[in-house]
Amino acid sequence: MAEIVLDGISKKFADGFEAVKDLNLEIADGEFMILVGPSGCGKSTALRMIAGLEDITDGELKIGGNVVNDRAPKDRDIAMVFQNYALYPHMSVRENMAFPLRLAKVDDAEVNKKVEDAAKVLDLEQHLDRKPANLSGGQRQRVAMGRAIVRDPSVFLMDEPLSNLDAKLRVQMRTEVSRLQNDLGTTTVYVTHDQTEAMTLGDRVAVMRAGVLQQVGSPADLYNEPDNLFVAGFIGSPAMNFMAATLEGGRVKLPFGEVELPSEHREKLGSHSGKVIAGVRPESFEDAGLVGDAKDRGSTFTADIDLVESMGSEKFAYFSVKGESLESDELRELAEDSGTSEVPSAGEGLVVARLDAASGVERGKTAELWVDSTKLHFFDPESGANLKH
Amino acid sequence: MERTTGREKTLWTVGIFVVILYALIPVLWIVSISFKDPASVTAGDTLWTKFWPQDFTLDNYKGLFEGGLDSPLLAPLINSIGIALIATTIAIVLAAFAAYAIARLDFPGKALVLAGALAIAMFPAISTVGPLFDMWRTLGLYDTWIGLIIPYLTFALPLAIYTLVAFFREIPWDLEQAAQVDGATPFQAFRKVIVPLAAPGVFTAAILVFIFCWNDFVFAISLTSSDASRTVPAALAFFTGDSQFTEPTGNIAAAASLVTVPIIIFVLIFQRRIVAGLTAGAVKG
Repeated sequence: MAEIVLDGISKKFADGFEAVKDLNLEIADGEFMILVGPSGCGKSTALRMIAGLEDITDGELKIGGNVVNDRAPKDRDIAMVFQNYALYPHMSVRENMAFPLRLAKVDDAEVNKKVEDAAKVLDLEQHLDRKPANLSGGQRQRVAMGRAIVRDPSVFLMDEPLSNLDAKLRVQMRTEVSRLQNDLGTTTVYVTHDQTEAMTLGDRVAVMRAGVLQQVGSPADLYNEPDNLFVAGFIGSPAMNFMAATLEGGRVKLPFGEVELPSEHREKLGSHSGKVIAGVRPESFEDAGLVGDAKDRGSTFTADIDLVESMGSEKFAYFSVKGESLESDELRELAEDSGTSEVPSAGEGLVVARLDAASGVERGKTAELWVDSTKLHFFDPESGANLKH
Repeated sequence: MERTTGREKTLWTVGIFVVILYALIPVLWIVSISFKDPASVTAGDTLWTKFWPQDFTLDNYKGLFEGGLDSPLLAPLINSIGIALIATTIAIVLAAFAAYAIARLDFPGKALVLAGALAIAMFPAISTVGPLFDMWRTLGLYDTWIGLIIPYLTFALPLAIYTLVAFFREIPWDLEQAAQVDGATPFQAFRKVIVPLAAPGVFTAAILVFIFCWNDFVFAISLTSSDASRTVPAALAFFTGDSQFTEPTGNIAAAASLVTVPIIIFVLIFQRRIVAGLTAGAVKG
């Protein structure tokens, strides 16, 4: 059991590329910390520095109170699960899982007991004598986990352990990982580019972009109070809608209409005025006919619906807004990184609204929609910072 | 191929059979001659009686080893085995280091090393024989084991480096790191994880290099002059018949049959190690 402290950690590669810049992070004992961000944001490099597979250029890394900057991986009491599992192909499942124990010179009876125990936990008992080549992806993944847990290390490091599994198995293993971490109570650092994984697994989530830590907090914090445009766009699926807006004395001019801001909003925003980027989560919209009492918390407007996706439990309605196009590095990077389903509507003016399944919106027709004015986010168009902070 | 039809199967069988026959008939014929009395090599009326020894004899083989170390074949055989094994060992050790560096590291001049190796491999051996002959005589390397091992290394190293680089590139290096995180020292990671995975490549390269050294004739005939270092392929050229007027056909055939044996043994021993796809299942993707 150990806490991990990253104090001003930086990584500069030989070619001058700075993968991680001044990373400060404290991971409490037993905590499940997620490092999330688009590819190339430095999250894997950060993890590999904790593991000792990558030298630390600058800063101090402490595990369990000891500075471990110059310790070899084997002296850090960590276990790591690799993205591609990295199982030893010439060893059986049993030998794979026993490998760390053998290296630690544990006696045979103890090794057997520990491997059997881990196999039981991971449901691998009947596969112990098979070679990795004869296992399915999910089973290999579990062997990799097994190899990590047999040694009962003080820290687990996981580098996108689920990204090679198909969608269904990934959800299943996600639950498995969560349960395992919960049972073992081992400090865990988990790297992923999948914000859904980050939100569902982590006690806390650290969002990184271009080597810089953007925000650390509980999944709910990140979702409800993103520090900046990047975090707002990265967390949540479908992503937050962004549009150009103008703040003017307690009112905001959005492309689809003017909205009166609630008083607490106004206080937080203070004297900000002028052009801003407004962010609206899809679920902050609703079919005006279904809002009921909450109606006076927001305002209604009409929109021409381009497309409706009915998910059964809810409907996604897409509509276009006319407005100035948005220019922002962070938005561009978000758009590049995310899949087609998650492209934030930067500049394109396409907005997605998550409506109740009972809504009668139809493709190609005009619908009356409502937006919750207490759930609006405003960002500085220059810095991307959330104006409420 | 999803499914082979009966017709395809027949065609394949016939095709494979033809190829095997084409490759093996000369070998079988040499073996057959080695069991014939030199005088009756060409005897026989039909194709079958020409092929199958009518007076089966082991004299040709006995003749090769009569007289111990002074026999026609024993000393060359020892030279061949010794020189080929030493050259193979040195070549594989050096090539393993070189290939490891080329596969794992980025260093200036990497492309140059590979290009140089390729150029040397393509260089015609015969054009180096003349200068080597002169140099070796001056240096006292003429007609010595080292005198043959050095040129063999020159041509075997590029071959071995190329083969090993191809194999080493296939090894997932994450495994080495996984081992280190699992508590291994760098040396333990190398010995317990990388070496077992690299072994098939090393054996393949070793076989190729050994066969190259074993089969060489150009250097062997030019750089040797006595049983002190003459290898089997060169020695065959110096076989004499029973009398001035008989060709040593039988002895040559017997020796030629014998020299294939070590190669066959070598391949049989190591072929089990050369299992393609040994690394399957290590990593996904």
